[in-house]
Amino acid sequence: MAKAKNKSTPAYDRVRAARGGKRPTGLDYVKGVFSDFFELHGDRAFSDDAAVAGGIAWLYDKPVTVIALEKGHSTKERSKRNFGSPHPEGYRKALRLMKQAEKFHRPVVCFVDTAGAYPGVGAEERGQGAAIAENLLALSGLRTPVLSIFIGEGGSGGALALSVADEVWMLENAVYSVISPEGCASILWKDASKAPEAAAFLRLQAQDALEMGVCDRILPEKGLGSRAFYRDLSRLIYDKLTELSALDAEALVGARYARFRQFGTGA
Amino acid sequence: MAFVAKNKPNDVPRQVKKPAAATETERVCPRCKSKLDVGKLWENRNVCSCGYHFKLKARDRVALTVDVDSFEPLWEDITSVDVLEFPGYENKLELSRYVAGEADAVVCGRAKISGRPCILFAMDPFFMMGSMGAAVGEKITRAFELATEEGLPVVGFTVSGGARMQEGLISLMQMAKTSAAVQRHSAAGLLYLTVLTNPTTGGVTASFAMLGDVIFAEPGATVGFAGARVIEQTVGKKLPQGFQTAEFLLAHGFADAIVPRDEQRWAIGNMLKLHAVSA
Ligand SMILES: [Zn+2]
Repeated sequence: MAKAKNKSTPAYDRVRAARGGKRPTGLDYVKGVFSDFFELHGDRAFSDDAAVAGGIAWLYDKPVTVIALEKGHSTKERSKRNFGSPHPEGYRKALRLMKQAEKFHRPVVCFVDTAGAYPGVGAEERGQGAAIAENLLALSGLRTPVLSIFIGEGGSGGALALSVADEVWMLENAVYSVISPEGCASILWKDASKAPEAAAFLRLQAQDALEMGVCDRILPEKGLGSRAFYRDLSRLIYDKLTELSALDAEALVGARYARFRQFGTGA
Repeated sequence: MAFVAKNKPNDVPRQVKKPAAATETERVCPRCKSKLDVGKLWENRNVCSCGYHFKLKARDRVALTVDVDSFEPLWEDITSVDVLEFPGYENKLELSRYVAGEADAVVCGRAKISGRPCILFAMDPFFMMGSMGAAVGEKITRAFELATEEGLPVVGFTVSGGARMQEGLISLMQMAKTSAAVQRHSAAGLLYLTVLTNPTTGGVTASFAMLGDVIFAEPGATVGFAGARVIEQTVGKKLPQGFQTAEFLLAHGFADAIVPRDEQRWAIGNMLKLHAVSA
């Protein structure tokens, strides 16, 4: 029995795949899908969080506000980007860019890949909880289309803060979870090595999220990172943004409210 | 898919003993270590003479806050369902219903405070540490929707360990759902006042708890996003004294005021009056 507990599960295999260091990261998607990305820095209050990269880019003939959680590739870059775990100033930068997008009637596309919001002293001092909460509130009422694409890890509130969206898409191997399987196993069984079992119970795979209505589309990973892969994704995003942009703001925001309102409405 | 169900009457928990706490006559203050008579402690609103604020059941919170006979509870039969068949959850739910005497971790209703009508919610620390699953999210959301419809302020007492992991992604979605309902209430120009009590953490801090127009905190309450132990493990350092307390929140600009329990009724009533006059 002692050995069996460390055996992986299909769910945990996905978690490993989602965390895998060789996957394209947020900025790879930005560069692959869009053209002429111009990065805009800073939250205008405290600093510039490198775990969150944002700016404006072209998608064919549309200017789009793009926000990506970025983990980085090299050891040096990963450390600079805090392994993709934002501080409050990262969420506030994202919020600033979302509000800017609303003002100029640009759609917003977010690429989500994070183990979660950073649990640190400075993060708490600067109001990590408040920063995430303000993003949830603002996104729910944002009068411009929002599309969120999970490309790897979707770690709890830290991922949700960029995905109160009109649609949420997930890569085939992306995961989305209320708690890390390790954290869950520690709480449940006081044993983080039972994470594979916890992963199975958490229903954190893209297919699970699709069945629950949390995710709207699963993106196959065939040719992941190739030119053809990004081209297909560009077209999918373009069509979706065109469709969402045709709605008036009232209808758009109303549908977004209904999308999240359905979770737990009762028998 | 139904994520919340009506609470079945006569839901008798299996293998549950009557909790010792229900019969105790004496409690020890964790701060000053004095032995306190339970009756006398209650007369002082469960606050020790040293200022330590003991936890309160949701119903006791309500009783200490609202005008006499003004509370009309709402949606009392909404309770969470173990949709994921998560290990041990069903039994935990049953135990909590018994120990807390509530269908889930929040009590909502109409109330008057200092004569002013409002929609009130109070979370219950004795129901799975006030964690938020579909039922809590649903009741909080309904509270804001009703208040928006009727043009009423919302007053809320938070105490929570965060999102209820036993409900997986559905519990995470409650953060978005409740925040969206707060957004509509706020856009309608209505007042939302929160009182953060010990402890308010995780997904509740990162959603409706921190969205009040006015945020009060109870003295000494632990309020934060990440758990202290997780932070300590991550940064590999001892945390500073008073980290993530109400006082820490005030010092860093995330609470409007620290309001001791015996002043809350007055302070909330005062805020409701200040916002009842249109310019
Ligand atoms: Zn004491």
